[in-house]
Amino acid sequence: MIAKLKQEWFGNVRADILAGIVVALALIPEAIAFSIIAGVDPMVGLYASFSIAVIIAFVGGRSGMISAATGAMALLMVPLVRDYGLDYLLAATILTGIIQILFGVFKVAKVMRFVPRAVMIGFVNALAILIFMAQVPHFLGISTMTYVFVAITLAIVYILPRFFTAIPAPLIAIVALTALVIFSGIELRTVGDLGNISQTLPSFFIPDVPYTFETLQIIFPYALALSIVGLLESLLTAQIVDVMTDTGSDKNKESRGQGIANFVTGFFGGMAGCAMIGQSVINVKSGGRGRLSTFVAGALLMFLIIVVGDLVVQIPMPVLVGIMIMVSIGTFDWGSFTYLKKAPRTDAIVMVATVGIVVITHDLSKGVFAGVLLSAIFFVAKISKLQVEKALSGEDIHYSVRGQLFFASVEDFVAGIDLTERERTIYIDFTESHVWDDSAVGAIDKVVMKLRQNQNEVVLKGLNASSRKIVEKLAIYDQASAKLSTH
Amino acid sequence: MYKHIVLAADGSENSVRAAQHALLMARQGAELIEVVVVADFAKAKQDVLHAESRESLDYERRQKVRVIEELLQREKIVYEVKVLHGDPGPTLVDYANSQNVDLVIIGSRGLNSLQEMVLGSVSHKVVKRVKAPVLVVK
Repeated sequence: MIAKLKQEWFGNVRADILAGIVVALALIPEAIAFSIIAGVDPMVGLYASFSIAVIIAFVGGRSGMISAATGAMALLMVPLVRDYGLDYLLAATILTGIIQILFGVFKVAKVMRFVPRAVMIGFVNALAILIFMAQVPHFLGISTMTYVFVAITLAIVYILPRFFTAIPAPLIAIVALTALVIFSGIELRTVGDLGNISQTLPSFFIPDVPYTFETLQIIFPYALALSIVGLLESLLTAQIVDVMTDTGSDKNKESRGQGIANFVTGFFGGMAGCAMIGQSVINVKSGGRGRLSTFVAGALLMFLIIVVGDLVVQIPMPVLVGIMIMVSIGTFDWGSFTYLKKAPRTDAIVMVATVGIVVITHDLSKGVFAGVLLSAIFFVAKISKLQVEKALSGEDIHYSVRGQLFFASVEDFVAGIDLTERERTIYIDFTESHVWDDSAVGAIDKVVMKLRQNQNEVVLKGLNASSRKIVEKLAIYDQASAKLSTH
Repeated sequence: MYKHIVLAADGSENSVRAAQHALLMARQGAELIEVVVVADFAKAKQDVLHAESRESLDYERRQKVRVIEELLQREKIVYEVKVLHGDPGPTLVDYANSQNVDLVIIGSRGLNSLQEMVLGSVSHKVVKRVKAPVLVVK
């Protein structure tokens, strides 16, 4: 146990520290930009990133994964911050933590496996589109200089890494272009100019909200959406880090860890966060594998916040916009276009529906719910296809049933059998079927008894063991006249 | 004369042609052909999103070298498949340099010409930085 902990913390010291430094530098622009998306002071996102990263380093279930303030979570908070303010956001963050801890304790992480791939692809695409859409008001039709700076930022973040990778390009863009704007006096909107940002720093400890049922009613829907979306993105990220490092991770522990991190972060004036795909990939690529890299990233971030604190308001908005455009391009799943062509039609529809609902409602959790529901319906539709084939051999009639017999397919079963036959021997073969529930048994009962009324002899064949068990247990038809045969 | 050969494989036609040269070497007395596949970090997100499960992802990665494996099996060549994780160029270089390899065989171009334009070609990096002789197959 101690040996394992030691390995997780100090098994890879040098590379972990270097990767942690890279991640801390890469986190700064994103934490600021995501705060602006949520409509809160950049410090709220920076504090959150520090606090979540450091806490996750200790309690997370996937070493080498980076968690901080994220776009997915920021997008969910927008209406809450706009309508009720920062303190309600902090209260919702604390509640999110509690819900996620419960998710971890009750092993809900396992349930997340039921979220189909199509929904996850839709999720990341919708996230990318929303992040991009959130940037549009900050650059469209403001000034020519705004476009120029967005373009310069994009050029820096895409071209520079080809020649120089030691410092993350987005940070270089921010530092260089902020300095350029300050010293040249070019007119650009800055982070400080945004009217919707509360300039008050978050107050520490208990959020200032009335502790009433009404408050709970306001924050609970947000907290629930944040919990689910946060967990979904964290578990997807954990899978990606698992695959990259060819190791495994404890998903329930990660869920609990995310909960603890959000719970504490709420008290420290930070917004709810989750694992970040992009930053985790940067960390692993830079050699980060252990808990130490996550810790270094968070701790160094705090140090940088103290050092640069007041300069944040001077950052020109077009630079952040450029960086967020890069983030949205990186978030989008570009394999989706081939997926749309190659995947089964129903999967493609689920993916597009998930994206569409998120873009319309601006709520990732609604898209995920709708996507899961839709794919469940498609699944039932697919599995409930049941065929009954009729064949004659002399005077006898043979029906063979192919497919799953359950509540959704009983109609096809009953319709497939001609109940008007008289004085025949009728075999119903279930070799390629499975009887699942009491609706199915009820349908068999109905068919057998109707046929028997017309003086037919009915023989059920080929029921597999578990089908036979349920039929024997539930069927009420008279077994003497409708012989139940297994052959 | 080349005892330990690393064959870089990515599922492309070039890598299958490269395998045929590994075969020739094997007939001339190579003792071990290592078929090395690099699971690219840059594709990790896409791989996970589009795979039904971790098992199916491993299966798909293994499928990439199936043609090469069949070729080597037909000729009864002793080989091992090794899946590495990382950025293809540097990962191959580090592996070849750390394993006392006698020869590296690699296809000249992988699957994606656009990526090659942006990132530079893997075979070029390997030629430049692997200490052992490198055979680039067109």
